[in-house]
Amino acid sequence: MSASDHLIPVVVSRVVEVNSIIKRFEFKHIHGNELPAFSGGAHIVVEMLDGPTKRKNAYSLMSSPFDRDQYAISVRRDDNGRGGSKFMHEKVEPGMRMNISAPVNLFALDLRARKHLMIAGGIGITPFIAQMTQASSLGVPFELHYAARSASQAAYMDSLQDRFGDHVRCYCDDAGGGPDLTALLSDQPLGTHVYVCGPKGMIEAVVQTATDLGWPAAHIHFEHFLSPPVGKAFSVHLAKAGIDITVGPEQSLLEAIEASGTPVKCLCRGGACGQCETKVVTCDGDIAHNDHWLDDDQRASKQFIMPCVSRFSGKRLELDL
Amino acid sequence: MTIHFRNETFRNDFTYANSPGNIPRFPFPFPEDEYMYSTNVEPHHATRAGSPFEHAFDVDEHYVSEMKDRALVLADDPGRCQALPHMETAAWDFVELVMVSKARDYPDLFELTIDGDRWHWINKPLQIDDTFVFGDSSTLPCHPMEYIGRQVQGDHAILDQRDGNLWMDAGIITAQADWSLDFDIGMNFFEWHAPVPLAHELGVFQRALKFLLSLPQGQPSRRLNWTLTVNPRLDTSPENYPKWGPDKLTVNPGNIGEKVHLRVELQTFWRLPRSNAILFPIRTYLMAMNEVVTQPKWGRRLHRVMRDLRPELVEYKGLSRYHPMLVDWLAQFDDGAPTSPGIFPD
Amino acid sequence: MSESLIEESILSRPKYGQLAIAPGLAHYFVADASGAECVIRVAQTAPKGFMEKVHILYVPTPGENALITALYALGAKRFEHVPTIDAAIARLGDWLSESKMGSQLYLAGTEGLIGRAVAKGEECGLDHTAVQCEHRGSLARRVQCVHCKTMIEKVTTQPVKCPSCDLLLLVRDHYSRRLAAFQGVCINAEDPTEEVEIREVFK
Repeated sequence: MSASDHLIPVVVSRVVEVNSIIKRFEFKHIHGNELPAFSGGAHIVVEMLDGPTKRKNAYSLMSSPFDRDQYAISVRRDDNGRGGSKFMHEKVEPGMRMNISAPVNLFALDLRARKHLMIAGGIGITPFIAQMTQASSLGVPFELHYAARSASQAAYMDSLQDRFGDHVRCYCDDAGGGPDLTALLSDQPLGTHVYVCGPKGMIEAVVQTATDLGWPAAHIHFEHFLSPPVGKAFSVHLAKAGIDITVGPEQSLLEAIEASGTPVKCLCRGGACGQCETKVVTCDGDIAHNDHWLDDDQRASKQFIMPCVSRFSGKRLELDL
Repeated sequence: MTIHFRNETFRNDFTYANSPGNIPRFPFPFPEDEYMYSTNVEPHHATRAGSPFEHAFDVDEHYVSEMKDRALVLADDPGRCQALPHMETAAWDFVELVMVSKARDYPDLFELTIDGDRWHWINKPLQIDDTFVFGDSSTLPCHPMEYIGRQVQGDHAILDQRDGNLWMDAGIITAQADWSLDFDIGMNFFEWHAPVPLAHELGVFQRALKFLLSLPQGQPSRRLNWTLTVNPRLDTSPENYPKWGPDKLTVNPGNIGEKVHLRVELQTFWRLPRSNAILFPIRTYLMAMNEVVTQPKWGRRLHRVMRDLRPELVEYKGLSRYHPMLVDWLAQFDDGAPTSPGIFPD
Repeated sequence: MSESLIEESILSRPKYGQLAIAPGLAHYFVADASGAECVIRVAQTAPKGFMEKVHILYVPTPGENALITALYALGAKRFEHVPTIDAAIARLGDWLSESKMGSQLYLAGTEGLIGRAVAKGEECGLDHTAVQCEHRGSLARRVQCVHCKTMIEKVTTQPVKCPSCDLLLLVRDHYSRRLAAFQGVCINAEDPTEEVEIREVFK
């Protein structure tokens, strides 16, 4: 059972070019019904029907968690990916009907925090916009440090500074670089939680710096925007279902399993949450483990795979599904 | 729909009973002739009209009396209703879920009118007519969790989701099968289940937690849990153990039928939207042995389940003092005939 | 004094380890009685410059001054000894209210001290998973009577009589981190005439 089993029919109410690489998409329910409330940091799964290909990509909700009339997401165009963002940029227009899942949150604020310290890089800003709206209404101290390559690429920087004033600090790579993480993380009151979302390197730097300074893991939160990578097509045998499926080059193994009608659990669709962990019955070949979930031993054993982001090459792969 | 609400007690004179029409809808917890723990969860869809599984929050003939008993428990021990400070958003999610569900499912009994954030709630059986601002606790007579908790049958725990675990950080618990909210509040999923024998080794809780952590909005689930209680007493808390403990010695072969009750918990699980917490209602149904055995299938099956129940479970569920007597008494209702699968009577 | 002899039990019963230096900007050590030995052990293997970041709070056993002297000699940035656990917990709260993220908390000694310090840490914003605990000395327990909610300190017997409501309580292994106490439930509620032998078991 997963959120993307029960979809909400929506219409694209607006498409806004935020800058040269980012577009914002706004959705309303096709019958004007209220959309589900959610918590800051939540994402929706957007179903994309691109000819014969059905993709399901997760995007953070940036709209206010209190706005039940519409949802907003921002998508950064990535021409090297599997085509999801390209589809959104090129094919999605106002008036178009789409299906989305109810919101799911794997990057929620810890409501016990005495202060929320948010560190965003590039398109990683999106979940924080919803979170700041929430933190602001709860009256809890928060601070955003937002780094982007350049002012022209820094989506929403101006509007965030207008809305949240002193709570927001912005950094452009081409004008001095990002925040001094050691200084920043050495000077936070006890009870602060840090949240980071952005490029892999930035996440690793924040997590490592915080850990080295003595922050407990329970106070460090991060979300990767990980899309299933593309690769060569491959076949898989689903042992319980007794069927063979083919995974297309731009299709994830998870999507191929779903398309076959075989039940499979999933949640984040980005290799982080562990829900889709599947046992491998036979592996005669190599598994490309693209997730953040399995440990080194599990990967080496070839007895586990995360179908949402991982791929296979070789003679035979059989899964316990 | 008309429900005739009974006026009955769950303490002292114990006037509680089920109307004959209410017996076949009882959520008998055994789908087969033996019992062992499992993560026996299924989607909480509307199934089987007239049953406790039809509506989100089942209202039955005991509603008004149960809420009176809750009020008595809380007057005596306010610590049965506690919420850690960060759980206020979740409490409001709980208010919304119950009010929207009840107004939808029982429009003759409950009415909800929403105008922006001004809410108008009418609860006819309890004669409540209130207006308040959603999200503003100062516009309610008490904490939102307590406010709605006093109007919905069953205990309710609200679980905060963080660090890959669930934390029992709020609850209104007045009809529990022997656990203390005041003691357990703040514990995580494995900690509050620590006293349950056998289940940990079987991996029951690991699987249950994994399932709950991924529970999506709008897709609630349910399962049944059970024990036995002597007298139809809802408040079998550890706090009041000196009050109900001695009841176990009053059971004899002549009074088993009226004294020993099958106590079933219909547990449901809901993802709450604004807080991302999990609401965990524990709705208790009580039925005396005399009432249970009016359904031949249940009489046969209950005998078999009780006869073959593992000793660790007899002990943990607190049945030791009268278990052998109960098995003997139930034998008369078991002619050895086969029983149909599933929980409902034939 | 003996090493810890806590038996394997149910999941909610706390387990303790061995203190080891963790990375951090400030290091707070709280100990009572023979727990001081753990602090001394850690300090002796600490890298240069470590003690400048160390704050020590100690509740000595009355009359035993050698450990006070030994702790003082470690040369920590701050060292205080106080007569009671209550005083230590209050002082810990003062120190933590001024501290920053990157503070490590190390606890050594009796369960009563450890439990209350963990709860105080949580109250001040320090997650319990980050607190290191090493048990030393007495196994006497803090017990909450589930019936009247009285907190009973230094319980050594099984069962124990509640000083407030007089019920005879089974001292369970079920433990609340928030209350820093084990649960006490009436042991003869079903048959109050039942006599139960009281034995010294938590020493």
